[in-house]
Amino acid sequence: AAMSRKGVKLLVDSLTRSAKHFNKSEVECLINLFDTVVARASSQFAGVGFDRTVFRDTLHSAFGMTDDVVLDRVFSTFDRDNNGCITVVEWVEGLAVLLRGTLEEKMKYCFAVYDLNGDGYISREEMFQMLKNSLLIQPADEEPDEGVKDLVEIALKKMASIYLDYDHDGKLSFEDFEKAVRDEKLLLEAFGPCLPDIK
Amino acid sequence: IFSKESSSLEDVGESSSETDEDEKPVRHQEGSTDLSPEYWAVQKLAKYIKGGDPTATVIALCSMRDLDLSEETCQLAIKDTGCLEVLINLLDTEEIKCQTGSLKILKEISENVLIRHAIADLGGLEIMVKILDTPDTDLKCLAAETIANVARFKRARKTIRQHGGIKRLVELLDSISVGSSYQAKDTETARCGALALWSCSKSTKNKKAILKAGGIPLLARWLKCSHTDILIPIVGTLQECASEPSYRLAIRTEGMIENLVKNLSNEHEELQMHCASAIFKCAEDEEIRDLVRKHEGLQPLSVLLDNSENKQLLAAVTGAIWKCAISRENVLKFQEYKTVETLVTLLTDQPEEVLINVIGALGECCQEEENRGTIRRCGGIAPIVKLLTATNNALLVNVNKAVGGCAMEPENMSIIDSLDGVRLLWSLLKNPNPDVQASAAWALCPCVENAKNSGEMVRSFVGGLELIVNLLKSKDKEVLTSVCAAIANIAKDLENLAVMTDHGVVPLLSKLANTNNNKLRRHLAEAIAHCCMWGSNRVAFGEAKAVAPLARYLKAKDPLVHRATAQALYQLSEDPNNCVIMHENGVVKLLLAMVGSTDDALQEAAAGCIANIRRLALATEKAKYG
Repeated sequence: AAMSRKGVKLLVDSLTRSAKHFNKSEVECLINLFDTVVARASSQFAGVGFDRTVFRDTLHSAFGMTDDVVLDRVFSTFDRDNNGCITVVEWVEGLAVLLRGTLEEKMKYCFAVYDLNGDGYISREEMFQMLKNSLLIQPADEEPDEGVKDLVEIALKKMASIYLDYDHDGKLSFEDFEKAVRDEKLLLEAFGPCLPDIK
Repeated sequence: IFSKESSSLEDVGESSSETDEDEKPVRHQEGSTDLSPEYWAVQKLAKYIKGGDPTATVIALCSMRDLDLSEETCQLAIKDTGCLEVLINLLDTEEIKCQTGSLKILKEISENVLIRHAIADLGGLEIMVKILDTPDTDLKCLAAETIANVARFKRARKTIRQHGGIKRLVELLDSISVGSSYQAKDTETARCGALALWSCSKSTKNKKAILKAGGIPLLARWLKCSHTDILIPIVGTLQECASEPSYRLAIRTEGMIENLVKNLSNEHEELQMHCASAIFKCAEDEEIRDLVRKHEGLQPLSVLLDNSENKQLLAAVTGAIWKCAISRENVLKFQEYKTVETLVTLLTDQPEEVLINVIGALGECCQEEENRGTIRRCGGIAPIVKLLTATNNALLVNVNKAVGGCAMEPENMSIIDSLDGVRLLWSLLKNPNPDVQASAAWALCPCVENAKNSGEMVRSFVGGLELIVNLLKSKDKEVLTSVCAAIANIAKDLENLAVMTDHGVVPLLSKLANTNNNKLRRHLAEAIAHCCMWGSNRVAFGEAKAVAPLARYLKAKDPLVHRATAQALYQLSEDPNNCVIMHENGVVKLLLAMVGSTDDALQEAAAGCIANIRRLALATEKAKYG
């Protein structure tokens, strides 16, 4: 449903405040983009928001992001009220982090993407899920999953805190993740690219 | 920084006398051939780098940094497992994260000399130079820092230059972003660029390349900033390049002396040292010596002498003082700061590199009479004379000069003599190095002149006169010149002149007459003049064909040559045969022009010589026409 001019203006103002990193004209552009895509979409949420497919396609064409597992997770982080539909507010605020987030915002975002079941920890199984296609060349005599499991152990060893006891059974808390990233910025997207490549 | 000793042909083109690791480094195998635990760890990680996508690669690279990359076993493990090649191949991709992760490792392990050579062998340098074009600042800085490490050997520096590395590194100094928020980034980029340039500038061709790429105004610009982090590599580069005259000119014209002087008072000793080093090298030029004084640089230099703990700093500072002291006005300034007194305290218990410069400085300070006395009063003569037994040639040259300088005061001379200083100087004439020989001979001049019972003293050196006369056979111009000067002094004692004549001084001097070198001509003529005073030497000189060449000396433009030549000709003209030769060679006309000279000695000699020639001509006329 189309909004009144006044409605649009109110939306722009409110989003400019909440998203923090965009100025008014940028917010307007994003809203327009959203409207265009939504109008074109032929999904159950047509006219209201993005569903998973539309979202994935948009991110793919805008940023060249291809990993389905990751894109699925990104959708979930954008979709804060978890109703399977991304509204314009969720869209703009989500993009603000993606494109211009501070390190803190990005760390929270990436952690949320990687925390597949949302329980506040990145577990071994979750890491395995995300890394299982990362080994392109496997030595013939090894079981295919051995390499990935090993890589997961390497990642855990690097990032999990060694000061806490292991009753967490090999999980990465947000504190662990944050510390590791502050120490080595390359680890921000440790389990897969989820931020757009600024080329 | 100071030694002019060049150790081999390979050093041609290098300015630094630090040992350069140009030969293929040898690996020290320690005992067991078992592969270290690091080997296995590295091999495993290398597997993931090779076989993984960028995500897996980054995890493996980050994990590798947890190994102790400063340990040699780890560094060598990276090389031996072939992981080094993998790391270098990563650089060649377009994946910024992978390139960054790889460079972080390469930067650390390139502290190892074997790794540096391996990186160069594997073509790593060319790729790193290409990376300097990236817009990603962190990556650029890492590449520059790694290049700085690898460039510690000659072949690497050449490779960098041949692939356009110098130009790109200079560009790193030129980053100017709008807005103050980028200043920190700019400074960091420039710092890394400067580090790399500093390393690269050890090669002469690179020094020239930096200049050609417009590096100097950029270096000058950064020299004005106040961050020590970047000042150190900037000044480091400048002092490395200051051996090139083109740089010294630029340092002068771009107003850099002012900044160098200012930073002598910076609290960082390393920065102080590089500034002093730069001044040391630049002060070869008189204009720069004047600029240092004008910018009040002499006092901070003098003050820095008090820091005698830091030997590298002390060597640089004493070096700078030495060269600055070549200018008399600077010596006068140093007197105000009691620099000479402080220098004398540094004559003992100092490493050679410091001593060479301290003695050099004292030698120059002897230009001023007051300082010769100061050195004596501070008890400096004994330690200086003691150093005549040193073995380092550069040191000996300076010691000789200092002894000579001190010997100009008779009071000093008696101390030198009592310490056997003259005999020690004389034995240095046997030293195979021509610079040592020449400086010893120069020093002997004031010694012979000012010593009590000089003639006897000289005679007491067994074989001494024969030794010095034989040095007239040397091929080195400076040796010849100095020996002539010494002989001129020794010959004032007739007994010694007789001995020298027996050793063939006349033909040996005559053989040297055909020279165009004015300095040699002057001292040769002086020697001839004095040697005429014995027996039939005048005739002998004539027979040895020394007269005609002397006549030509009068055509030179140097007034000191004129004086010495006129005196020689005057003495020679006491022999009629010589008068004939002089007349034939147009001496009269040339001398007539000098009769009106303001130089008394020249006037007298010229007049006397002409008178002798005329008298002979008259007598010949009379004899002819009876």
